[in-house]
Amino acid sequence: MRVKGRWTKRRVMDTTVASTGAKTENEDWVACMALVRDAGDEVAFARLFGHFAPRVKAFLMRSGADAALAEEVAQDVMATLWRKSHLFDPTRASVATWIFTIARNRRIDALRRAKRPEPEDLPWGPEPEPDQTEALMMQQESEKLGLALATLPEKQRVLIEKAYFGDLSHSEIAEETGLPLGTIKSRIRLALDRLRHAMK
Amino acid sequence: MTIEITHHLTDALLMAYSAGSLPEAFSLTVATHISMCDECRARLGAFDALGGALLEKDEAAMADDSLAVTMARIRAGGVTARDRPAPPVRGVFPAPLRDYVGGDLGAVRWRPIGMGVKQAILPTAKEATARLLYIPAGAAVPDHGHRGTELTLVLQGAFLDAAARFGPGDIEVAGEDVEHMPVADIGADCICLAATDAPLRFRALMPRLAQPFLRI
Repeated sequence: MRVKGRWTKRRVMDTTVASTGAKTENEDWVACMALVRDAGDEVAFARLFGHFAPRVKAFLMRSGADAALAEEVAQDVMATLWRKSHLFDPTRASVATWIFTIARNRRIDALRRAKRPEPEDLPWGPEPEPDQTEALMMQQESEKLGLALATLPEKQRVLIEKAYFGDLSHSEIAEETGLPLGTIKSRIRLALDRLRHAMK
Repeated sequence: MTIEITHHLTDALLMAYSAGSLPEAFSLTVATHISMCDECRARLGAFDALGGALLEKDEAAMADDSLAVTMARIRAGGVTARDRPAPPVRGVFPAPLRDYVGGDLGAVRWRPIGMGVKQAILPTAKEATARLLYIPAGAAVPDHGHRGTELTLVLQGAFLDAAARFGPGDIEVAGEDVEHMPVADIGADCICLAATDAPLRFRALMPRLAQPFLRI
């Protein structure tokens, strides 16, 4: 996987940047985020809500929340998206990835009542306008990762999903599935190898 | 930071941190390493992206009035200040660790545990323990093995363990199979952040008897 942020020099020549005029879905969401941030655009927000709120709700329910709690937390996640829209950086993440991190943190608060310390923020300047080419590449790489994920063998994909959605450690997955710990570890390793290969 | 880091986090730890399933003491250690290590920060970005890609797979219908309720919540919140996170303060400890210590190196409340070695337990949830270790130059932490996993992150100085040298920013990930005796580099006192999910097993009799009191 080569999804990187602005802190490393990125390869510029080996992806299909600007090869078509058509906007991908990811770029569309980035444009919606800009409208929410700059103009408080409720139509753009409604589009983001229509796509992402049901996905956040499903994520929370798979993590063990009942429907009512998942609904409540999903609304909260989307309200956070509005309030923190100025912190979204399209050179560092897709909108889906950014929402995933917000939803994960809310899940930890609401379901585990635990803490997850965050890394120190990178030094930042006076709100630079994100570099368009870098943002475009990040969005395209995220899309590529989504496609790669869909081609994983079922047995591998299921374990990756459990690790993220089930909020389970490898040994808890072993307990739940009855698979030996070694099998789980090697399947996850294989899955990551395949994803890395696909992202080359 | 521009330090040279040669010992990094494993995929398993980065993935679990991204998924949000690590005990607090481990999350603290991972977050502190990432604060010092651009490479692992970029790798974490990739694991977060995997979470984002997984999020796209599945949906559950929202309530009919969901959008309206959310808009009402947003309006009730009023216009919020578009604050950005404060720029990091420079010191020995990165921000996540400073939050737990209540300051930088000078704020640590050390307790001696013998042979010049000092420790300070940090306040985290009980499923795993995080502590700062102070090992005087050339001194050793008593020989110990593990029941669980131990992460040791160097903040200052360096230690030598078996075949490898660990300098500032380096993290050692030790499993149950590792018997080790970290020794501080002769050049300078070594300060580490260590996290364990099970009590350590010391070889020598005295440290084992003392274990419950010391909580290491």
